[in-house]
This record gives sequence, structure tokens and C-alpha cells, in this order.
Amino acid sequence: MKAVSTEQAVAMIPNGATIMVGGFMGIGTPERLLDELVRQQKSGLFLISNDAATPGKGVGKLFEGAQVSRMIGTHIGLNPKAQQQMLNKQISVDLIPQGTFVERIRAGGCGLGGVLTPTGVGTLVEEGKRKIDVNGRTYLLETALRADFALVHAFLADYAGNLSYALTARNFNPVMAMAADTVIVTAEHVVPIGVIAPDHVVTPGPLVDYLIANE
Amino acid sequence: MDPQTIIGRRVAQELRPGNLVNLGIGIPTLVANYLPEGLKVFFQSENGLIGTGPIPEQGLAHPLLTDAAGKPISALPGAAVFDSAMSFGLIRGGHVDITVLGGLQVDAGGRLANWMVPRKMVPGMGGAMDLVCGAKRVIVAMQHAARGTSKIVAKCTLPLTSERPVDLVVTDMAVIAFPGGKAMLLETAPGVTVAEVLAVTLAELTIPDKVPEMKL
Repeated sequence: MKAVSTEQAVAMIPNGATIMVGGFMGIGTPERLLDELVRQQKSGLFLISNDAATPGKGVGKLFEGAQVSRMIGTHIGLNPKAQQQMLNKQISVDLIPQGTFVERIRAGGCGLGGVLTPTGVGTLVEEGKRKIDVNGRTYLLETALRADFALVHAFLADYAGNLSYALTARNFNPVMAMAADTVIVTAEHVVPIGVIAPDHVVTPGPLVDYLIANE
Repeated sequence: MDPQTIIGRRVAQELRPGNLVNLGIGIPTLVANYLPEGLKVFFQSENGLIGTGPIPEQGLAHPLLTDAAGKPISALPGAAVFDSAMSFGLIRGGHVDITVLGGLQVDAGGRLANWMVPRKMVPGMGGAMDLVCGAKRVIVAMQHAARGTSKIVAKCTLPLTSERPVDLVVTDMAVIAFPGGKAMLLETAPGVTVAEVLAVTLAELTIPDKVPEMKL
């Protein structure tokens, strides 16, 4: 784990990169990294995020300047900009069930090729997917998802990169921290080693590549 | 009584002590306001919480504690938080006793459409498909008709949320169940006659000999 500035961290992300961003309607999203992605005008991003948040909040900021070219998510209804860009075909959006979304990411982080889920059988979601019967029930084969970068927000991060989360700001963060080549973390508080008891560490330090230092 | 109160009160009667319940956005959220006195249930918010409590008082909202719409909520004593993989494991894995969702259409076979209107409104399904697929009991809470058009239809014209039929539909006019895959009128709202329900409903309804009024 290396401590870096937001500017240094975002400079590592090339245009066109695939980024996973934690958060649920902007809660638990690393806002400082989003602000810096906007400031450095990164473009053509492939965004993997649960939702498009709202305008001006969380990943919602990336739609103001049309920095996203493709997105996989589960719900974009509360961001009119994202809706508009999708309906105008400016961006390509794959909307998938939320349980499937998180399991595909979990599979990507856990070395699995994918998962079998009953969700979506008999709906538009099954189009183009393999159906597999197991013990008399039909499942869809949903393939694993990984990203170049995971942008994660924790509540506490210690000097070794161990992370813990707060309340509903946990959401997709620990799962995404497993599923990207490079993991960049912001935290509400950076604390000395030992402050997070081993039992309370949710994301172990070795998973974290870069921690945004206090600036 | 306004339509939302009728629906909220009637759905609340379906909850049993100790149930783990997931309430969707909109009318379903109101169900929590009408719990029968003394009934203890657990509410799950799919963004990672069991033990959802009331909206906090002005100035006491915690920025890292919201419901699935991103609105501030509180957590009751004994609440538990978890990540989204566990949250949807609970949902898909059959650990949620009751899910209450809004609807755009429910058809005569009990199949629900509630996540998109092609080319017009495509917000995404969020957690709805997993909830209908995995919860033990699925209740749809919605207005009987939208702009004069029945939302109970012969066959859904909008994309389905799941092929699994729902268990119960509660509207401002009626309670409908689907025994044997066929819509049956179980109750009518206060002051609403069976004939009035039939007149606005676009699906064939089985009418039992006795159709009581909702007790609200």
C-alpha cells in the first residue's frame, strides 16, 4: 500500500479505463476521486457502478461532462442526465439485476468464471445468456466482472491499508476492492495501525494498492 | 381514506411477528407507518441494513445511513449492516419473508411488470428482479388503475420483472390472490362493490361466493 494524493491517483487512470466505483446513490462513494476525475477531464470511461446517483453527486458528476461512454449498473432512474444520454444512445448502458451485479463482481474478485442465478429467467435479462438446469431449476450463467481500477470509500483506513466501513456506506465497496487490478481508496479517517481491531477489518490491507493521504 | 392509506393499512395486516420484510420505494414504504400495535418485524433495506428505523428528526440524519432511495433513515437497536453481496444473498436465498413492491402491471396469472416502459422510462430494475425471484412471499402494493386504465391486465404488455407469479396484490379497490395461477378477488375496499372492481379491471377475476370488505 502506498499513500498518494488524489491528483497522483487519478493521473494513473487513462482515458477509456474500466473503473468500478463503490457507493449506493452516492452514499459510500469516494467523492474526492470523482471530483478529480472531473478536474482531469478523463473521458471514454467504462463505468461499473450500481447506479448513476443524482446530478452533482457521486458518479453522477461524470455524466455532466459526458465522461462515461459505457456503463454497467442496475438503476439510473434518479439521474436525468444519465437517462437522457442512454436514451439518445450517447452512452451504452447495460442494466442488470442488482443481485446479479454484485455477484458478477464477487466472482471476478474470487477467481470464479461466473455464477448461476435464477434471477432474470423468463425476462429480457436472459437474452443471449446460457441457461443451465441444476437439480430441476433453471439458472442463467452470469459471467464474472473485473475492472482496471476500483475506487473505494472506507470509513477507517489504517497505515497498513486495512479498511472498515460505516453503516450503509459499505454496500459494494468491499466486493469491488477484490475485483480490480488496481485498488484506490479514500477514507473518512486515516488511523494508526491497531485502531481497527483485527476482528473489525473488512478489507485486508494487502488488497489496497493506493490510499489517498490526508491533504 | 385516501388510496395510499387504504393500501398501506391493508398490506401491513399481512406482516407476521418476526418477519424479515423488504419494502420497495413509493407506496410500499408507507406500510411501515401502519404496523399493528405491538407487532415486531425486521425491515431490510437492500443497500445493506436490517433494522431500518423511522426518518430521523431534523438535523439528526447521518450522511452514511440511508434507505435504498438515498434518503436518510435511522437504525433501530439491534440493527445489523452488511455489504451488497450479503444483502442480495439474503434476498435471493429465501431469507426475506415478505417483499412489498410497487407495480406498473400485474396480469391474470400474477406476473408482475414494474421496471421499465420501453423507449420512455428505463430506470433499471435495481433489486426488484432478485426480490420477486427470491422472497418467500411477494406482495404488490399499487393503485388499481392509472389515469383510468387498469393496472391489472389480462397479459402484461410491459417487460416482466420475473416469471414467478406474485402472491398478493393490494390496491385501493381490491385484494387479489392467484390460487392455481388464476386471479381471484379476495376483498374489496370499503364502499367499493364487486361490480365496480370488475368494471375497471382488465383481467378475468374469479369471484368467490363471499367477498368481504377490507377491515381497516
